[in-house]
Amino acid sequence: MAIAISVKSLCKRYNDIWAVNNISFDVQKGHCFGLLGPNGAGKTTTIEIMEGIISASSGEILYQGHQVDHQISQQIGIQFQHTALQDFLTVKETLDLFSSFYQTTVEHEKLIDMCDLSSFLTRDNRLLSGGQRQRLLLALALINDPKIIFLDEPTTGLDPHARRNFWLLIQNIKAEKKTIVLTTHYMDEAEQLCDDIVIMDQGKIITAGTPEALLVENFNEVFIYLPKVQVPDVHIKYYQWKVRAERVEIISTNVEQTLSLLINLGIPLQGLQVKSANLDDLFLKLTGHTLLGS
Amino acid sequence: MNLTRFFAVFKARNIEFFRDKSSLAWNLFFPVLLLVGFSIIFSGDTKPEYKIGLYNNQKVIVSEHQMEFEQLRFVEFIHYDNLEQAKQKLARHSLDLLIDFNHRQYWVNDESPKSYLIEKIFLSQQTGLERLQNNGKAIRYVDWVLPGILAMNMMFSSLFGVGYAIVRYRKNSVLKRLKATPLSAFEFVSAQLMSRLFIVMFMSTVVYTGCNLFFDFYMLGSYFDLFIIGCLGAICLISLGLLVASRSKSEELIGGLLNLSAWPMMLLSGVWFSLEGSPEALQYFSNFMPLTHLVSGARAIITEGASLSDISFHLTALAIMSSIFLGLGSYLFSWNTKR
Repeated sequence: MAIAISVKSLCKRYNDIWAVNNISFDVQKGHCFGLLGPNGAGKTTTIEIMEGIISASSGEILYQGHQVDHQISQQIGIQFQHTALQDFLTVKETLDLFSSFYQTTVEHEKLIDMCDLSSFLTRDNRLLSGGQRQRLLLALALINDPKIIFLDEPTTGLDPHARRNFWLLIQNIKAEKKTIVLTTHYMDEAEQLCDDIVIMDQGKIITAGTPEALLVENFNEVFIYLPKVQVPDVHIKYYQWKVRAERVEIISTNVEQTLSLLINLGIPLQGLQVKSANLDDLFLKLTGHTLLGS
Repeated sequence: MNLTRFFAVFKARNIEFFRDKSSLAWNLFFPVLLLVGFSIIFSGDTKPEYKIGLYNNQKVIVSEHQMEFEQLRFVEFIHYDNLEQAKQKLARHSLDLLIDFNHRQYWVNDESPKSYLIEKIFLSQQTGLERLQNNGKAIRYVDWVLPGILAMNMMFSSLFGVGYAIVRYRKNSVLKRLKATPLSAFEFVSAQLMSRLFIVMFMSTVVYTGCNLFFDFYMLGSYFDLFIIGCLGAICLISLGLLVASRSKSEELIGGLLNLSAWPMMLLSGVWFSLEGSPEALQYFSNFMPLTHLVSGARAIITEGASLSDISFHLTALAIMSSIFLGLGSYLFSWNTKR
């Protein structure tokens, strides 16, 4: 598989703080690449250096083997985490404005259909809902038919329904074999969308790979949860089970054996939940804190 | 410079301005309000005396009759060495009568009631002088202050319209989003300049034309010349706004910086009163202010009929200041809110 972007020994320092501390990774062409981490991990700084918006303290970014320069803006699409559009312009006027910046543009009709903008084309962009606004920002990122698309926490602040709609849009873009670089702190989003991920914390990469491979590599057990009121303290102490938020967490490598043990101990099984490990568990295991909770 | 990108940003900024109804209304309403206010305040002639100009470029012995005439109460006598200047004052009603005793002639302005009355008084005491006319419309205070008010409105619109807009764009990341496109800083800055120039000149033309219907402003010079000095003045003030906003990140800071730029100009550029007679240091200092040159140039065209070559000093000063402000503003311009 060809490499779309290479990040080599990237560092970014603000006064005494290393926002990004010597990270390196490759983004494969046509893949959705996820930069995962809690707030303050250095994801946005990394992606903005890759976009050419801010400069690195050291290290380099190569696009298909070449150094990044201002011309790259013709070939990439960007959706920032926080951005505003010019006041008083309608959605259509905003699309027209951004179209004029590029040599190559996608037909507006196609973009409007793809991002489902038709019902609010003549609306002032300040009056859009969160989901509509994100769809417009995605359309602007796609307006120049980019080969590489950067999406910085595109679903932050959206309700679950709007998030799932947005995931569908990104999956459609993936189907067109475009390279996507996505930052998020939602593990389910990364699991749904990303082919490869890098997990960052405090400016450093703590692990990298495909989500499936990382989970298989780090977990061969499942989590069994029971309401704490159903489990006598004596058993919790004896088996060294953990209590989390009024639930008893039992880590098991053999579900059948664990269930037999619970039945033999006379513990009722109402409310029992079995869950396999996810990326949040992986992050917790590697850093001792959660993605969203930190 | 890509003209498609330039015109797209120019158009977007104009749409933004003209759809912002409250801002548009204020830009139209404010100068009209000032003009109406000043015309009411200064409509009554509170000065009871008459003004008679005495032209005497030669040292001659003053006759007894003349000395007696100069003792008239409630008449101010002003001596002139320059006949043309004195005649211009008479034509603009700054003088009510002009007398040249040496050549036994005097001038009246037949369009001035005060000139008519003072002539009657003059003829009751002096005879045998040749009567000449130098007619012209009166310059009211509103005519004199008009260029200042228009220029001041242009200044506020230029400085605050550009300064606040750019800082707002920077603060809410509109600039950051634009930076991610192929749009260059020069294209963006020049589109902002041209958009604001269009807005300022459009609004000033509407205000002038609208008010002219009611006030019938004095205009001795050419409207084309007035338009040229207006454009150059606006470019200079917009460039100053761009320079002030080139790196500012906070609306509080930009407000302070813009006020710091605007208020000295408003007070010391001859908007409200003439700087003639003020300390030399102050007059010298005022030459470094764009508004001084805009007001002086426009006023010379309107009230004295000056041509572009007559106001070349003001045009040159504005051109030099525009180049400095725009050059520095483009060089220092920053897209980002941080980093």
